[in-house]
Amino acid sequence: MNGRKQTVLAIVIALIALALPLVTPDYRAQIALLWVMVLFAMTWDILGGQTGYNSFGNVVFFGIGMYASAVVQRDSGLDYFLALFLGMGLGGLIAIVVAAIMGSLVLRMRGHYFAIATLGLGIAAAELAAGWEFIGAGSGMTTPLFPGDPGVQYLFFCYLFFGLAAVVFCLLAWLYRTRFGLALNAIRDNEDKAEAMGLKTGLYKTVAWMIAAFFLGITGGAVGNLLRFVDPRDTAFAGPTYGVWMVLMAILGGKGTLWGPVLGAVVFHVTQEVLWTHLLGWQRVALGLIIVGIVVFFPQGILGWARERWPERFGHKVEAS
Amino acid sequence: MSAQLVVDRATKRFGGVVANDSISIEVPQGSIVGLIGPNGSGKTTLFNSIVGYHALDSGSIRFEGQEITSMRVPEIARLGMLRTFQQTRIYGKMTCMENMAASDGACGRGIFDLLRPVSAETRDNAEALLEFCGLHSKRHLRAGDLSFGQQKLLEFAMALMAKPSMLLLDEPTAGINPTLINGLIERLKRANQDLGITLLVIEHNMRVIMNLAEHIYCLAHGELLAAGSPEEIRNDKRVIDAYLGAH
Repeated sequence: MNGRKQTVLAIVIALIALALPLVTPDYRAQIALLWVMVLFAMTWDILGGQTGYNSFGNVVFFGIGMYASAVVQRDSGLDYFLALFLGMGLGGLIAIVVAAIMGSLVLRMRGHYFAIATLGLGIAAAELAAGWEFIGAGSGMTTPLFPGDPGVQYLFFCYLFFGLAAVVFCLLAWLYRTRFGLALNAIRDNEDKAEAMGLKTGLYKTVAWMIAAFFLGITGGAVGNLLRFVDPRDTAFAGPTYGVWMVLMAILGGKGTLWGPVLGAVVFHVTQEVLWTHLLGWQRVALGLIIVGIVVFFPQGILGWARERWPERFGHKVEAS
Repeated sequence: MSAQLVVDRATKRFGGVVANDSISIEVPQGSIVGLIGPNGSGKTTLFNSIVGYHALDSGSIRFEGQEITSMRVPEIARLGMLRTFQQTRIYGKMTCMENMAASDGACGRGIFDLLRPVSAETRDNAEALLEFCGLHSKRHLRAGDLSFGQQKLLEFAMALMAKPSMLLLDEPTAGINPTLINGLIERLKRANQDLGITLLVIEHNMRVIMNLAEHIYCLAHGELLAAGSPEEIRNDKRVIDAYLGAH
């Protein structure tokens, strides 16, 4: 796909996204969550796909945002929207700082060691939150009531998360075309070579994670208000669900690509909702089977598979000079 | 004129094995220097010590007058000394052009320099160097899909892209077919003359190194066995013995 076709596709998707919650008001909550899933997959892919560092700990940033926003809304005494946006911003900033600290510690590990270490960080964050009285400890926190009726509330969150996803998508579309994007890919393909060429690999990896953390923190800040409930293990630092889904969605669509995580998140979320509706009780089993099928038959993800199948469509061809 | 690279009594041990025993070599600015020796004689170990891959047990290394003995790989690379690998290393899932753009000189600098798209200048430069290495028609292929010999050429082109002042090449012709080798010698010489890049080359192919280098060091069993012009090395009885196994 060339640049112009991609732009047209993005605009068409954006128009559908804007119209959808108005046409199908019953599905507004699902649509809002769909964009959250897209945000999960896109932010995970910055480090996981583009840089090759599979993190299971990105939920930490998400949870930080959730709690930061809930605390601001509880203690600031500000108007609902002002407190919400302030909380989201604060969540993003704290997440950046935490990513910088965590990154300088665990990004020296490679491959499986990094994955395991981040898994541990996610679990540790949940346990810490569950023991901290200030943020409600094990019983979690509730977020304030939306000033308006539920239909409007879901419409608001549909557009909020869509807007956020669109900003992140455009930012990544630009970032992956810069030399920074190339440097991240170089680290993914051969980190020793990248070091031998003089790239500051440690710095780039940490910055990549900080970018992901910032947007996950912001997302988390708003999701707490969508779900109306912040629980340390089930929503905020939900490693076994959100933490794993982020990875799955990116892999499903094709990690290390711009569109892959978006595609993966949409397919995953829709599939999950359909299974939930039609196979109640068995939905997780069916989801597990689908995941196994994907890993076996499409290990590169949907876009990765398409790239192997039709390399010329992706610009990989011998050219007469 | 003092030498660009001075290795002074470098010693490196791995457990009880002395891989490099008090080796001293000098590489003058703008020269092509060869490093030969039988397998296991310590050539790659010496390369690794020079570029900062591992620390020396004793001795010192100076590059352009600066002490680099205790520096790490990326820092030394940013000073302008790059190496290529015996087992070729390229970025396999990126296209040749992306490999080149990622190797552009400024990549070693700060984060904000990197936050712009690849410039037209970089792209032109990359195309010219790929043309120079005979890979122009393959520039949009993924580097991992190239043949081994082509990957070696790509790695060489990437090194040139970074505009080093000195290049350490570990067996640049190993695994490349004989007709391509002649072209490669030509390109190495041109890189040296036209771009002014000092070359230190490990090589097993005697025809290549005798043609290329102005000065040759020969290692055997971790020790410096002989040094001199290609002519002197060719006629040195110790060198011949070392290669034929009499040492």
